[in-house]
Amino acid sequence: MICKLYAAETYVHHSFSNGVPMGKTLSDKVWDNHVVRTAAGEPDLLYIDLHLVHEVTSPQAFDGLRLAGRPVRRTDLTLATEDHNTPTINILAPIADPVSKVQVDTLRGNAAEFGVRIHSLGDLDQGVVHIIGPQLGLTQPGLTVVCGDSHTSTHGAFGALAFGIGTSEVEHVLATQTLTQARPKTMAVNVNGELPHGVTAKDIVLTLIAKVGTGGGQGYVVEYRGSTIEALSMEGRMTICNMSIEWGAKAGMMAPDETTFAYLKGRPHAPEGADWDEAVAYWKTLYTDTDAVFDAQVDIDATQLAPFVTWGTNPGQGVPLSATVPSPEEFTDPVDRSAAERALTYMDLVAGTPMRDIHVDTVFLGSCTNGRIEDLRLAASVIAGHKVADGVRMLVVPGSARVRLQAMAEGLDKVFTAAGAEWREAGCSMCLGMNPDQLAPGERSASTSNRNFEGRQGKGGRTHLVSPPVAAATAIRGTLSSPADL
Amino acid sequence: MDKFSTHTGIAVPLRRSNVDTDQIIPAVYLKRVTRTGFEDGLFAAWRNDETFVLNQAAYEKGSILVAGPDFGTGSSREHAVWALQNYGFKVVIGSRFGDIFRGNSGKAGLVVAEVGTDVVEKLWEIAESEPGIEFTVDLHHCTIEAADNVFAFTIDDYTRQRLLEGLDDIAVTLQHADAITAYEATRPSFLPRTIPAKIAG
Ligand code: SF4
Repeated sequence: MICKLYAAETYVHHSFSNGVPMGKTLSDKVWDNHVVRTAAGEPDLLYIDLHLVHEVTSPQAFDGLRLAGRPVRRTDLTLATEDHNTPTINILAPIADPVSKVQVDTLRGNAAEFGVRIHSLGDLDQGVVHIIGPQLGLTQPGLTVVCGDSHTSTHGAFGALAFGIGTSEVEHVLATQTLTQARPKTMAVNVNGELPHGVTAKDIVLTLIAKVGTGGGQGYVVEYRGSTIEALSMEGRMTICNMSIEWGAKAGMMAPDETTFAYLKGRPHAPEGADWDEAVAYWKTLYTDTDAVFDAQVDIDATQLAPFVTWGTNPGQGVPLSATVPSPEEFTDPVDRSAAERALTYMDLVAGTPMRDIHVDTVFLGSCTNGRIEDLRLAASVIAGHKVADGVRMLVVPGSARVRLQAMAEGLDKVFTAAGAEWREAGCSMCLGMNPDQLAPGERSASTSNRNFEGRQGKGGRTHLVSPPVAAATAIRGTLSSPADL
Repeated sequence: MDKFSTHTGIAVPLRRSNVDTDQIIPAVYLKRVTRTGFEDGLFAAWRNDETFVLNQAAYEKGSILVAGPDFGTGSSREHAVWALQNYGFKVVIGSRFGDIFRGNSGKAGLVVAEVGTDVVEKLWEIAESEPGIEFTVDLHHCTIEAADNVFAFTIDDYTRQRLLEGLDDIAVTLQHADAITAYEATRPSFLPRTIPAKIAG
C-alpha cells in the first residue's frame, strides 16, 4: 500500500515491551483514565473534563450546534470568558471596535442560549482563559482540559493533560464532551540544578526552545521534570507549560506535588472535606513510574542558564541577553539560515549588535505566560524607585481581574504608575493585538508574552520575548537589560 | 464536509519555513463570526508585496500550496484553514506541519499532504520553472502528479478515510453515545464542575 500509516507508532501503547508490562508515564496514566472507546487503527475517543471557551474560536462552533439542533452536552464542564478582543481601558463602555463588539456579544448570546457559565468584562472572574481556570481551582491534576487556544498547554503545570484545539473540535467537545485523539509519543525534559539569581522559568523555556527548535516537540506530550521544576512555584511552572506549544509539543505536563496541592487548597472549585482527601490520594498517583520509558529525552543544566531574549521572529530564535545578534552564516542548516536572514531584515537588526544595545519603544508586561501575580510582583520589585525611560511606554496588563485586584491590594499598581507605566484592566491585550493595544509599524517591544511572530503585536511591529524582570529593567534603561544592569 | 477524492489545480510554491498561523491570517482578521470571508486576511502582511507569490498572475488562482517546513505552527486558529479554503486552496503539501493546524485541516476538509524536504524542493522547482502548472493530488493512492513525475505523500489513514468519505465527526462520535454515558457514570464525584459558580461574580 502506498499510503503509509503516518501516525502508526502513535497507536502503540507504551505500557508493554515485548509483552512485559512496564511502568507508565504521567501522560499515559492520565490518557488511560480518559479513554471512552478504543479500536484498532483508530484514534482513541477521550473524555474531556474541562472545556474552556473564549470569543474568538467559538462562534462558528455554536453555530454548528444550532444548525444541527444539538445542545451542549455538559454545561457543567464548560466555562466561557472574554479576553482576546476586550479593551483594557474603559471596560464598562461599549466596545468601540464594532467587529470586536459583535464577537463578544455573540459569545454572550451563545452562553445565554446554551446555558454556559460566562465571565464577562467587568466580572470579578473575567480574565485570560488560561489564568482563570487555575485561579478558580477548576484546573486540577489528572484532568483533560481543552480550549480553542494553543496555550491551553498552560494547565499541564497541574498534571492535567491540556491542549489546544480548533473550532471544529470545540464544536465536537460542546456536542459530545469527547475528542478523537491519536496517542502522542512522550518526551521528558529534565531540568536539574539551582537557577542562578535573576533567572526565571521564562528563561528556562526560552533556552529550551532555542536548543530544540520550534518543531522539536512535534508529536510529543512533554513532561518537564527534575529538581529545578520541583523547586518552581505554580506560576513558574505554568509559564513553562504555557510555552510548550512554541516548540510544537502537543502538551506539556508536570507531576503534581505538595506545591500543587497547596496552590489548589481553598480555591473556589477545589474539592473540600472528604472529596479533598480522595482527590489528593488520587493526585499522588500521578507521576511517571520509575520503569516507564519515554520516547525521547532532553536535558537542561539549570545552573548554566542566564536571562534569555529573542532576536528573531519565532520563539526559537533567542540568545542569552549578554550575547550579540547572530549572523545568518552561523546557521549550518540552509532553512535556518534563510529564516535568520528574513528575521534580521524584519527585525531591522544587524548581526553582531550586542543584545543589550537594542532600544525598545514599548514594554508589555502581561499575557497568560507572565501575567500572574508573581510576575507582577517580580517586575514591580525591579521597577520600584525607578522611572520608565523617556520615549518608552510600558503597559502593565494583569492576566485576570482578580490578579489585578490582588496587585492593587499589595500596592503594585502604585509602583508601576509612579514609575510612569500604564496600569490596565485584564485581558490578552498586546500579546496578540486584537484590541487597540498594538505596536505601530516599525515599533519594537520587549514583551513577556510568548510569540514574536511577524506582526503578532501589530502590523510591522517587532517583538523581543523576555522575562518579567528583564521587561522591567528594559523599561527603565530603554534598551534590553536585566536587573543586574541597573 | 464534502468528499475529497482527487484534485487538479495550480501549484503555488511558497518558499518559506516556519509560516505560523499568525502569518497565514493575522489576529485582526479573526473577528468574523462566520466560517467564510477570511480570504482577505490570507497572508495579509505579504499580500502588499508585489513579488509575493500569490500576487503573480500565474499563481493567483492556485489551489495547491507547496509550503516550507513547519507550516501552520503557533496558534490553534482554525481560521487559518478557512482562510486557505476561502481563497481556493484544497491541498497543502509540506514536510512538517504544526499539529493543531494539521488536525484542523483534517476536520475542515483541507488535505495536508506530507512529503520529504527533497520532494518539496522538486515540487518548488517544477512549479517555478513552469508558473501556473497544474498538479494532481490523488487521495486514494496518496500521490502527487507534477509534470511527468509521481510522488507519494503520507497522511494518517484515519483522516484520509474521513476525507474520502466526507464524514461528519460529531455524528460518528454520537454513534458511541452509550459508551460516553457509561464512561460518565464512572467519573469520581470529586471532579470539578463549573456550575454552580462558587464565586462572587
Ligand atoms: S494572553 Fe496571548 S497567548 Fe494567552 S490566550 Fe491571550 S492571546 Fe493567547
